Amino acid sequence: MSDLLALYQDIILEHNRSPRNFRKPAHISHEAKGFNPLCGDKVTLYLNVEDDRIQDVGFEGSGCAISTASASLMTERLKGLTLADAASLFQQVHHYLTQNSATSPLDPELGKLEALGGVRQYPARVKCATLPWHTLQAALLNRHAPITTEMETHADE
Amino acid sequence: MATWIQAKKTLDLKQHMGSIRMDFPILNQRVHGRPLVYLDNAATTQKPRAVIQAMAEYYESQNANIHRGVHALSEVATSLYESARETVATFLNAQSPSEIVFTRNATESINMIANIMGHDQIKPNDEILLTELEHHSNIVPWQFLCERTGARLKIIPIQESGDLDYESAVKLFGPRTRILAITHVSNALGTVNNLPPLIALAHQYGAAVLVDGAQAAPHIAVDVQALDCDFYVFSGHKIYGPTGVGVLYGKREWLDRLPPWQGGGDMITSVSFQHTTYAEPPHKFEAGTPPISQAIGLAEAIRYVQGIGYPAICAYEENLELYALRRLLETPGIQLIGQPLKRASIVSFVMEGIHPHDIGTVLDQSGIAVRAGHHCAMPLMEHYRVPATVRASFAFYNTYEEVDTLATALEKTWKLFQP
Ligand SMILES: Cc1ncc(COP(=O)(O)O)c(C=O)c1O
Repeated sequence: MSDLLALYQDIILEHNRSPRNFRKPAHISHEAKGFNPLCGDKVTLYLNVEDDRIQDVGFEGSGCAISTASASLMTERLKGLTLADAASLFQQVHHYLTQNSATSPLDPELGKLEALGGVRQYPARVKCATLPWHTLQAALLNRHAPITTEMETHADE
Repeated sequence: MATWIQAKKTLDLKQHMGSIRMDFPILNQRVHGRPLVYLDNAATTQKPRAVIQAMAEYYESQNANIHRGVHALSEVATSLYESARETVATFLNAQSPSEIVFTRNATESINMIANIMGHDQIKPNDEILLTELEHHSNIVPWQFLCERTGARLKIIPIQESGDLDYESAVKLFGPRTRILAITHVSNALGTVNNLPPLIALAHQYGAAVLVDGAQAAPHIAVDVQALDCDFYVFSGHKIYGPTGVGVLYGKREWLDRLPPWQGGGDMITSVSFQHTTYAEPPHKFEAGTPPISQAIGLAEAIRYVQGIGYPAICAYEENLELYALRRLLETPGIQLIGQPLKRASIVSFVMEGIHPHDIGTVLDQSGIAVRAGHHCAMPLMEHYRVPATVRASFAFYNTYEEVDTLATALEKTWKLFQP
């Protein structure tokens, strides 16, 4: 069970039970859908960007605890960021989640998002955590075709 | 054949569990430091030593291509392969071994029929009947057929219990019904369909019936003549045999009438650049070098299962399943998906507020292998409005203690996710 507690940290479980920003905002400028065909996880991410800044963000969908908490923590963090900041946050988190936990240290700059790092010991679950982030990337590019974690396989390699 | 079986009577498998499990070398291992509890048998089953040995022996001393050489090894290999066909024919109670075609898996068997039916059997606006319970492999090939021919799919719905809605089914048949393609056992819910009335109805309308037996063959004694289906398909790897071999049973009159699927060696009697004549069934449908060692392995698996006997297997599995249902219902948060009248060793469930994927991860840490997902049955998941379920699927080598391990791990999962 000890490994499991690294994956399912309290903050993950809490965000899974009460996801933040789980709604469709009234004004939406950017939107993207993400899908993991292996487990059926679905997420739709909405951004409202004004003057190059993310003024509002919300998400809908259904997924496991990891993907739900990842989306919830992500939306919390995104509010107020510029588009460029959001894009670099994507890079930072993606790098962190897909690195081998043994060789790459925790990233204290990530703050609460660090809790997502538990997946690094669970190769089968990494895509659960990265799904909302890839959806963010698609939304920032205003890509309309839904993205899937199977496309992500190539991006991750 | 299992060496520990002596008398021809219905065995109480509970008393022989030690010997049975010793026949399956893979079961004796640890996963994440815990004894492996393998409850993903609907995905694929483990192989008894007899199967592994038969295949090793084939490669060590009998390997050759078949139907081709006049040399001794080729004759040995040909006779082993053809006797595997006889074993399958007897197993399904087919009228003749010529009704048994070896394929790659159940999926390929279905694709073959869906494909060659499109030649001249199916016309625009013809109807193909499926059920809401089908695995994607008994949906998508028929969608291909519809795209090619302009035929339409009609879907027999299920009741909340996960049993087919037989009243609605009756109304879906009509003069345009050409094919009923139906699973014998649902891989997602475990429902055992009551096939005879539907098959009789299909035949009244002149429709052909294909039964997907991928999940039935390991648990139920199949008699294709009693069922009177036109086609019956299953996969070797789900019935304790190797991957790479599947079976297509087809009534001889159908196999005579239908055109071949793939062209190549072994499926012809003569070839010239002007004209080719095809071999008789079943060879007409087996182009190229077939899965020889796999067919031999499958025959060995069937002998193993027959050695234990379906009466013993069914009795044991039914009791184990009842025990599992009872333990699951005692576990907090569990909601069963589907409560069919009759089920075959498959139990699907969800836990309130916990995603199946997370349950799968926690169980894996306890050494328990289950499937968490949509089970290649997305329309069915849609029906129950769940994205996925956890599925525990049993084989006769699973024990009551393993069910207890599952129940305990599920309780732990529940506790982990409570505030
Ligand atoms: C009911 C059913 N039909 C067909 C299949 C396809 O079997 P295979 O992948 O061996 O072709 C499966 C396998 O999961 C199944 O459960």
